Amino acid sequence: MKFTWFNLMPWPYLPDDFREKNRSVWVDIDQNLFDPAKSHQVYNTYMDLLEYADTLGFDGVGVNEHHQNGYGIMPSPNLIAAGLARRTKNAAIVVLGNSIALYNPPVRVAEEFAMLDCISGGRLVAGFPVGTSMDTNYCYGQIPALTREKYAEAHDLIIKAWTTREPFAFNGRYNKLRHVNIWPRPIQQPHPPVHIPGGGSVETYDFCIDNTYSYSYLSFTGYIRAKALLQGYWDRVAERNAPDASPYRAGFAQTICVAETDEEAERLYSQHLNYFYNRCLHVYPGFADAPGYRTIKTIQTGALSQYAPPKGFGELTWKDLTEGGHVIAGSPETVRQRMEELIKGLNVGHIFCLMHVGDMPADKCMYSSRLFAEKVMPKLRGLLPATEGDERFWCHPLETRATPGSLPAEYARKAEHV
Amino acid sequence: MSFASKNLATRQAEVRYLEGGSGEPLVYLHGAGGMTAEDPILAALAERWHVYAPFLPGYGETEECGSLRDMLDFALHTADVVEGLGLKDPVLVGHSMGGMIAAEMAALAPNDVSRLALIAPAGLWLDDHPIPDMFSLMPYEMPGYLFHDPEAGAKLMTASLTLDDPEFLKTYLIRNARQMGMAGKILFPIPERGLAQRLYRIKARTVILWGESDRLIPPVYGPAFAAGIAGARLVTIPEAGHMVIAEKPAEVAAAVASLHQALTLLPLDGEGGSRSETDGVVRRAPPVPR
Repeated sequence: MKFTWFNLMPWPYLPDDFREKNRSVWVDIDQNLFDPAKSHQVYNTYMDLLEYADTLGFDGVGVNEHHQNGYGIMPSPNLIAAGLARRTKNAAIVVLGNSIALYNPPVRVAEEFAMLDCISGGRLVAGFPVGTSMDTNYCYGQIPALTREKYAEAHDLIIKAWTTREPFAFNGRYNKLRHVNIWPRPIQQPHPPVHIPGGGSVETYDFCIDNTYSYSYLSFTGYIRAKALLQGYWDRVAERNAPDASPYRAGFAQTICVAETDEEAERLYSQHLNYFYNRCLHVYPGFADAPGYRTIKTIQTGALSQYAPPKGFGELTWKDLTEGGHVIAGSPETVRQRMEELIKGLNVGHIFCLMHVGDMPADKCMYSSRLFAEKVMPKLRGLLPATEGDERFWCHPLETRATPGSLPAEYARKAEHV
Repeated sequence: MSFASKNLATRQAEVRYLEGGSGEPLVYLHGAGGMTAEDPILAALAERWHVYAPFLPGYGETEECGSLRDMLDFALHTADVVEGLGLKDPVLVGHSMGGMIAAEMAALAPNDVSRLALIAPAGLWLDDHPIPDMFSLMPYEMPGYLFHDPEAGAKLMTASLTLDDPEFLKTYLIRNARQMGMAGKILFPIPERGLAQRLYRIKARTVILWGESDRLIPPVYGPAFAAGIAGARLVTIPEAGHMVIAEKPAEVAAAVASLHQALTLLPLDGEGGSRSETDGVVRRAPPVPR
């Protein structure tokens, strides 16, 4: 099992009446709700928490990319990852990921990921999402029906840039480059492991299967609702005669909150879950899926619940969230049981643990993360014995890595006194 | 008037088109919302012309076309359709997105298009008058932008529509994804692809029509188009929105007919404005210096 500690980086100061007064947390969110001075503390606390997760023994620390979004103030995950590459020691740096259709040219991603891999000593896990329609189409203006073609070309260019040892010309439809010759290149060979976040597109299933990439389903609605989607993936893995159905071919994001007892968990975390699920996820449905963004094949096979007409503002309660599986919360034993259901039920080897939720303060987040790391994680590690040692989907760091901040002490001291 | 549904093949795609009426040939290019054989504008045009109305690939229950990606592809594809229909210099009429394509065709091949009618065309962008983001509108928000009378318009749009029925929803979503997915290639996220710098090439006698209460592409775009096309006349139709083709089809057809009388109605040495045979106001745009 690989557990990645994940922080979406939500803005923690959305007002109580946010939903009533605003149509969307994403794309056209009110500028006045962001306070740059307050963000100074928020960013630093969030980065501290990611670093803390490394000390707890999580296998990875995870960041992602969203734009113009009140629950994810991380338009450039690579900036955060660069900080983590320096300030963490062992955890994989899981960048899940860069929306590669948005970088012009996508060589930029090949370069920045290479830098992250080099700085971290080979700890990068690289994610290549197509990107949500909100980010890709509505914020970044990509033409929906051409997004996938552009994405596919960006992917081919990045992999070629990573693996080709001489300058080459790339005559793409969207990228015309005469001299591709990235410098630096990644430590990991032939290239860092690739994870592809997806939302149920058949094309994305196939893309992962064909390239031996891990498919990750990053939902907020929990493992019970994810069953059908991941079953679709595993069915596809079988249909396409993939050589194996290793659980590391898949990952899943799950909100997790741990306390000493179930009662304590509700008392400590309920308000923050409420903030996230009832406030942060308020997205105007017109931004959910620009026509042409999803393929016809996917719409024909896909779930349609997100297109039902809005039914007003429901309040998801603690009971709804925990019983519905959106959230796995409670005592270490409760969480262990439900995590076991998740892992076995979905057959996933990668868990992206959403341990920071909504406007959760640092102390509660640390408490929950520590309990998970100490009392839950060890008991889940042996759950998938058959695929122990499947390292195709995880990073391979250098044995000996640099220690940041280790300039010659003598000169450093001199500098201080000059 | 009944329209026959026929097919032809171009290099790029299988194309379905509707054909009906008699008279001089006229090619009608539909807007992003699509077209059906029952559309009143087709019947109105068919009273005077032999109408050919091709569906853009992805529309009219046809497959979308991956090899049509940009404005040039769309304009040349449509020119191929005209060629495939065996027509030479038909009256070219386009509504909204269709108007954008028609204007591009007339600018690309100015000697092939001598009569052009642009009905609330897309294709220009004025910073002071942004066009709403139609791609992010929910179906229930559309009538307010499309119709002079949103309530009546909503009834036109939602007849027998039940958004709760999953099967209906799927059909609707697939149609919408096909149609608007294709339209998005020239309209998303801003419906402008450089037409402004090519308008001067148009040699066609041109009439530009606008519904006075168009809230999708506001009527202020009318003078902007007229200013770019030498000798173009602007006809504004009252009590009509962007879907002027549904709300005032007879008036639209009459304004298109004025193309045939343009020389007598509007002496080229120009006396400013005039009135058309419709109730709409007709203004003559100042010629653009070349």
